[in-house]
Amino acid sequence: MPRWTPGCAMADIAHDLAQAPKGRSLWATAWLRLRRNKAAMASLVVLVLYALLGIFGPLLWIHDYRSVYTNYVRAPASLTPYPRAEAIIPGAEAALARARLDVTSVEFDGGTVRVAVTSAREIDPRVTRYLDRSDFFSGARVADMAADGKSALLEADVARLLFVFGTDQNGRDLAARILISIRISMLIGALATSVALVIGVVYGATAGFLGGRIDNVMMRVVDVIYSLPFIFFVILLVVFFGRNIVLMFIAVGAVEWLDMARIVRGQTLSLRRREFVLAAEALGVRRRAIVRRHIIPNVLGPVIVFVTLLIPKVILLESFLSFLGLGVQEPLTSLGVLISEGARNMRAAPWMLIYPSIALTVLLFALNFLGDGLRDALDPKDR
Amino acid sequence: MLSYALRRLLGAVPTIFVIITIAFFLMRVAPGGPFDQERTLEPQVMANLQAAFGLDLPLWQQYLRYLGNLATGDLGPSFVYRDFSVQQLLGAGLPISVQLGVSALVLALILGGTLGVIAALRQNSPVDYLVIAVATFGITVPNFVVAPVLSLVFGVWLSVLPAGGWQDFSLAHMALPVITLALPQVAVIARLIRGAMLEALRSDHVRTARAYGLPLTMVVGVHALRAASLPVLSYLGPAAAALLTGSVVVETIFGIPGIGRYFVQGALNRDYTLVMGTVVIVAVFVVIFNLLVDLLYAAVDPRVRYG
Repeated sequence: MPRWTPGCAMADIAHDLAQAPKGRSLWATAWLRLRRNKAAMASLVVLVLYALLGIFGPLLWIHDYRSVYTNYVRAPASLTPYPRAEAIIPGAEAALARARLDVTSVEFDGGTVRVAVTSAREIDPRVTRYLDRSDFFSGARVADMAADGKSALLEADVARLLFVFGTDQNGRDLAARILISIRISMLIGALATSVALVIGVVYGATAGFLGGRIDNVMMRVVDVIYSLPFIFFVILLVVFFGRNIVLMFIAVGAVEWLDMARIVRGQTLSLRRREFVLAAEALGVRRRAIVRRHIIPNVLGPVIVFVTLLIPKVILLESFLSFLGLGVQEPLTSLGVLISEGARNMRAAPWMLIYPSIALTVLLFALNFLGDGLRDALDPKDR
Repeated sequence: MLSYALRRLLGAVPTIFVIITIAFFLMRVAPGGPFDQERTLEPQVMANLQAAFGLDLPLWQQYLRYLGNLATGDLGPSFVYRDFSVQQLLGAGLPISVQLGVSALVLALILGGTLGVIAALRQNSPVDYLVIAVATFGITVPNFVVAPVLSLVFGVWLSVLPAGGWQDFSLAHMALPVITLALPQVAVIARLIRGAMLEALRSDHVRTARAYGLPLTMVVGVHALRAASLPVLSYLGPAAAALLTGSVVVETIFGIPGIGRYFVQGALNRDYTLVMGTVVIVAVFVVIFNLLVDLLYAAVDPRVRYG
């Protein structure tokens, strides 16, 4: 409601306003149009799911992404829990061989194993630890000890472990690795995009608003940076900043702001000649305030579209750097690291390549579809 | 036309000069040097090495020296690949990268062009949606996913093609890398051609050609395609330059001795001259291809003229 309405007339006007057909804002229209786009809405659901997986997945998942299961190096993906029945008896024998015990018999029924062992010397009850140390067993105990202490019956529960996506070359659960890498990739995507957003919008709006010679010089700078070999530039930044994940956000963002600056400048140039900006100038509003109050809110539409399309680019770039070994470092991981490890192990362990690739592809698809949908929804030409 | 081309080439010299300057100093600002190893060298040895490669001079003198050598076509010795000059390294790798890049480009143009035209002719049909889906897939899936998956499926599981490696003039060794390189280009070209073709098919001169009763192949293949190829042309300049100068990912995964891998290795090893050499090559390729595209533009579109 207009602020300058005198108090006595307010009720009438409010009444009129209620009668008048309600106008829809740009954003409400865009949301309506977006809701009709099935691919974009499905992508939105997928992205929310990914965000939830990235935030809560590593906390709730049955394995920690750092836990190493030495008995399960490159275990194939499987929906039935490990260990396999045929692996249990050799597993128990191997574990007790390290304890220098002779295994006379191993029995195995459902949840527990019973191992009869003998030794030339007296058996220390603490040998159960050798069983516990194996990833196959837990809660090992001495069930029966002969009087001379040279033979015993050991019991242990079989530890059921589920590796739905298999394990990697160090015996870490791939599902947990994928969950943490979704978190890292999305975090980098969001942060690097914010850096690019801030630099690009401020730079572009300044160049477009000031215009003239300053604009010329500023856009020349953009052109020159643009023509530098891109990989070279990123690698230099990474080398320069060290392999620090936070600094990598900044490095990637510092490279990706160029397009943003161009878009914002173009929009600003055309906005500058609009009447409301002229009016603000005539009223003596300071330049900085005009940029903040009039220019930036009005370039928001194209900027939002560009941002949704920039996030997948940034995630891709981060994955690419990680693929080259320049990105996220162990024990943290990202989808690019997982894919590069998968590529190295693809003969022996194809699941290490396939699941991370699917995870990355679905994420990129969803972001791209949402970006396209937003562009269609916000495009004023198409109304 | 010739004088225009010459003027354009001359005009590109300052651009290349600025790129070289920025790359040179950026490289030097980064910490570390080409002779840093696990084992620290004796100070005297280090000093001798530095002197042998001219690294003991002040930076601006090194810069001038580099520019002077470059003017005579000398890219200098590699710091890390001992006994090789940068010309030798790039000279050995460039033909391979170019061979792969040109093949991928030709494949992408034929395949992408055909798909785009078919999709435009059958707009909103299942074929059209299929092409759009394929294009979205090609643009979205990164090459470092495509390359190992192709290698896994065709090289390991089906064993119909070599999973990696390189032999000169061996089509089997080229197949997977070329497909990997071409896939995103096919996608972009199909999308561009489809969009431009839809517009061209509605334009007046195509309607006139149809009204004259020209056969459809003629209308589409000559009149519409000519107009529709313009956006592809402007996309092709930078894309071709990038394709022909090699891809780090494809060369790493398929074990191909091209020049793409020198970008990363060179920067990591602080092999200053090698990195500068790759920068120069890329810059020159970009300039040449942009020029070529502009000249082709004039050939395709009679409204564009260069004096």
